[in-house]
Amino acid sequence: MDWSDEGIVLGARKHGESAAIVSLLTRNHGRHMGLVRGGAGRTRRNLMEPGNLLDAEWRARLADHLGTYTVELDRAYSAAVLDDPLRLAVLSSACAVADGALPEREPHATIFASMLHLLGGLTRDNAGGEVAVWSALYVRWELDLLRDLGFGLDLSVCAATGSEDGLAYVSPRSGRAVSLAAGEAYRDRLLSLPMFLADGSLPADIDQIARGLTMTGFFLERHVFGGLNKPLPAARGRMVSHYQRLVGSAPSATISSK
Amino acid sequence: MGGAEIERLIQLLSKLPGLGPRSARRAALHLLKRRDGLMLALAQALTAVADALHSCSLCGNLDTSDPCAICNDPRRDAATLCVIEDVADLWAIERSGAFRGRYHVLGGVLSALDGVGPEELAIAGLVRRAADPAVKEVILAMNATVEGQATVHYVTDRLAGAGVAVSRLAHGVPIGGELDYLDDGTLSTALNARRPV
Repeated sequence: MDWSDEGIVLGARKHGESAAIVSLLTRNHGRHMGLVRGGAGRTRRNLMEPGNLLDAEWRARLADHLGTYTVELDRAYSAAVLDDPLRLAVLSSACAVADGALPEREPHATIFASMLHLLGGLTRDNAGGEVAVWSALYVRWELDLLRDLGFGLDLSVCAATGSEDGLAYVSPRSGRAVSLAAGEAYRDRLLSLPMFLADGSLPADIDQIARGLTMTGFFLERHVFGGLNKPLPAARGRMVSHYQRLVGSAPSATISSK
Repeated sequence: MGGAEIERLIQLLSKLPGLGPRSARRAALHLLKRRDGLMLALAQALTAVADALHSCSLCGNLDTSDPCAICNDPRRDAATLCVIEDVADLWAIERSGAFRGRYHVLGGVLSALDGVGPEELAIAGLVRRAADPAVKEVILAMNATVEGQATVHYVTDRLAGAGVAVSRLAHGVPIGGELDYLDDGTLSTALNARRPV
């Protein structure tokens, strides 16, 4: 058995003295683990950093074996975000959420493409104002993940009135949007829907991103991680705290890096 | 091949880093042939260290005294704290002779994969030490990995109210490194961290 594919490193664990067991999100084979000989050694350890894009070749005698990877670095996305706390938090969260949520060896080409798009946005040489771009990409990536796992949210029309305008809430029960007028009486029991998820625009402030993360976090916890009897990854919690601290320091300020 | 005691010795030696079963057998044979000159002395040294070993209550270093020799040394600069992941990193920095301050061993890094959170690390102790008016600078000497740098950013946030300067190690071209052989990540980090000459 062997195949070649592109793969994003989601995590790596040392195995023995110099080998590593690596979890890759591949384009055509989903989340797939494999042994990389020398993967924890001095010369190849840097390839196994979460978020890096690798060209991987997997070989095993039988399809259900762990198998071994031969890898080559395609793009070192992780190195480009090491110095920026928020971008690093977003990258770590994406890798931890994908690693915890995706079933092994089940193709999720949409999630791979969406994650690659997110990594591209994170590492593009953008000025501080473009934090909105990759923050929105992250929230949408979590929505894609929910959809691909069978828990898609319908944020296009109001579940109560059928209206496409004035969408402001999401029902925690059905995962469908609710308009401001129809949901006002139940606002304590509904999740807030930030404008940028309703109309496809860019988030105007950090508060919108934080509300988007609260919403996706609720559904990820209930439908995905809850079903696996696991809490949401700590890396995601640290990322959310980072955004919430920014909201606390400047609730309505224009988005800026760090 | 040998008695049960010798087999046990080989088995234990093979658990040491860098030694497999074959090299453990060679090391054991070497010890057996030098019973008086090496084996007994090694056994006594191991027993003495095992009996006296402490984790330093101030910095987390491993030593035979508490506080450790570095924390007890009055010639060390008390104004600078170097934060490292592990005792191995402390030994590496000491070997370089480039740092004359004191240390704080975190005991690992934040890791989603291994389930290591802030509570598992000696961060509270670091915040307490940094609040000492004698401490002026904290150097975060963590590895240039995603987990290491995530820990750097987390610790920086925790030290925000301590009134100390916080710095971290530079990332870039290693001494003797050739640009042609460097990976893209190191090169781009080195370019971003360039400084005037």
